[in-house]
Amino acid sequence: MEKEKLFDAYKIFMGLMALMGLIMSFFGFGIPFFWTTFGILVLGSFIVVVIKQNMLSYLLKRCFEAGITLFIIATLVFLLLRLMPGGPFDAEKALPPEVMANLAAKYNLDAPLYQQFFQYMNQLVHGDLGESYKYIGRPVSTIIGDTFPVSFQLGVYALILSYLVGIPLGVIAANKHNSWLDSSSMFVAMSGVSLPSFLTGAIFIFLFCFQWKLLPPGSWEGPSFYILPVLTLGLRPAAIIARLTRSSVLDVIRSDFVRTAYAKGLSQRVILFKHVLKNSLIPVLTYSGPLIADILSGAFIIEMIFSIPGMGKHLILSVTNRDYPLVLGLALLFSVILVLCNLVVDLFYAVVDPRIQLA
Amino acid sequence: MGLRTQTIESQELLTTKDKVGTSLMAKIQSHSLWNESIKRLKKNKTAIISLYFIIFVVLVAALAPVIAPYPYDLQNVDATLQGPSLKYLLGTDALGRDILSRLIYGARISMAIAVFTALVSLFMGTLYGAVSGWFGGKVDAILMRLVDTLYSVPALVLLVLAKVVIESSGYFHDPEFRALFSIFGALSIYGWMGMARIVRGQVLQAKEMSYVEAARALGIQQFSIVSRHIIPNILGPVIVTLTFQIPSNVMFESFLSFIGLGLQPPFSSWGVLANEGWRSLRSFPHLILSPGIAIFLTMLAFNMLGDGLRDAFDPKMK
Repeated sequence: MEKEKLFDAYKIFMGLMALMGLIMSFFGFGIPFFWTTFGILVLGSFIVVVIKQNMLSYLLKRCFEAGITLFIIATLVFLLLRLMPGGPFDAEKALPPEVMANLAAKYNLDAPLYQQFFQYMNQLVHGDLGESYKYIGRPVSTIIGDTFPVSFQLGVYALILSYLVGIPLGVIAANKHNSWLDSSSMFVAMSGVSLPSFLTGAIFIFLFCFQWKLLPPGSWEGPSFYILPVLTLGLRPAAIIARLTRSSVLDVIRSDFVRTAYAKGLSQRVILFKHVLKNSLIPVLTYSGPLIADILSGAFIIEMIFSIPGMGKHLILSVTNRDYPLVLGLALLFSVILVLCNLVVDLFYAVVDPRIQLA
Repeated sequence: MGLRTQTIESQELLTTKDKVGTSLMAKIQSHSLWNESIKRLKKNKTAIISLYFIIFVVLVAALAPVIAPYPYDLQNVDATLQGPSLKYLLGTDALGRDILSRLIYGARISMAIAVFTALVSLFMGTLYGAVSGWFGGKVDAILMRLVDTLYSVPALVLLVLAKVVIESSGYFHDPEFRALFSIFGALSIYGWMGMARIVRGQVLQAKEMSYVEAARALGIQQFSIVSRHIIPNILGPVIVTLTFQIPSNVMFESFLSFIGLGLQPPFSSWGVLANEGWRSLRSFPHLILSPGIAIFLTMLAFNMLGDGLRDAFDPKMK
């Protein structure tokens, strides 16, 4: 009992901190603060869930599996990179062969492939992602550290927006099933799913920036810069979440316990947002893992459209530049995010639905 | 339809026990399973309109050289960046090429990539998923772990890497075909996994059914049980997945071309057109509208048809 209360207090405290951090980050200061609170929040709820559900062994097993997955991914990307013809130092104007040889020797590119592979893996387990070939002297971790926070911030805002819009929209549509409200909101959601983001982005920029001159069209320097990219990025997930929520709420709303709740005389608001919604979150949760990973790891089209200094451009450029360490670093980062998101989602299954047993 | 007769045949195998009753029932039931679905689909107006729209787009794409008013790369330097007019219905681009013609030719490439990728995913995914689901146990565990691992490679990384590897492999000399094939290959490498998961889940369910048991008892070869009995019976979810895969392929193709990794001008796909339009957005916003709306409408139609199909095959899922 004591433990329960402590967890609740902790959750409320961290929630408030994160909210504060979020608001502060929106106004441009306290980004590190936002980061720390967010990290503590995620880590904290992680620990809470793990202790509460006695899932330590499960967690360890999953971490072990994740390690293997990451190793396979690193190997795969490493090999794919070397399959590509051309090297990192090919230029329009070919360098003299001596210089090429020196460069290859410096980065150990003249060693046999398996040696390079072992060297990279050795670096990796020591937490070193290597140095970029293109941005000479800059470690990959610095490049990621410079650009990832921006992509992350954009992603978090878009995620919050899409859940805040998507879930209520889905619940309302399901509640008024087969009414004009339902069909029109679902048509909007369907359009949102089908709209390519460059079209939405282009329309937003044209209207808000060129025609009405209300908002800046690019860059990432303050709240007014955030609005359009976040809207553009959040639209599609919001629409998908709305559709998922609607169909899942429709399933639940017909079940017996809802009828009982109505019979008890509970208000519709309580029934819908407390009883029904809680029971219909599983499909939304399932979708959340890949969605969060996708959005956090840089919506590169959005970043390109709004010229946001995020990670997206590095992913494309590093491949065309044959900047092997950078590609590998980014691929590993993206994979870690994806694996983590899926793990967190699996853990939250057990929280949302105690019947689910994680073994 | 070949599919339907196969279902009926598979049901007829059950009739050895009770010659008259079950055979009649099976015939009526299996008959009505598809018929009912098609009936339900026909009632769904949005799905039918979407279907007609898709047929229209496919026809336009197939007949591009016949119906396009101009060749896709014909430049008219006297009429660059014009707005819509009678001569150029959707205007012209910076090099005086007719947008409508480029859009029609673009439909060809975008649709070809989307549809062929979906078909390859269908084939590979069904094969892989069926093997995994049918054999179960260790085979299933290993095969699915492989898919899970590949799935943990972020889509974009995998797409870009696979695309560049295929493109620079040096097998293709024609630049248009090279770009086309590399996008197609990259999307196929990514796309089959989703289908494999769906098929595997369905096969796992279906193999517990009594008709499979009956087929086994009759001594039918494993291969024909899967290919002639199970797969026809799980076609519903497979078709629905296929229908949803096509629009996501359209989207990926346009994304790749939009960021400059896909086709390059003068060749035309909707993504290429969007990229060109994007670059002159400030002064000539109509350039991005036509490819954008084309992508939007096509995706909308496929998504709506997919919704309709899902409701038709499984009315409970609505």
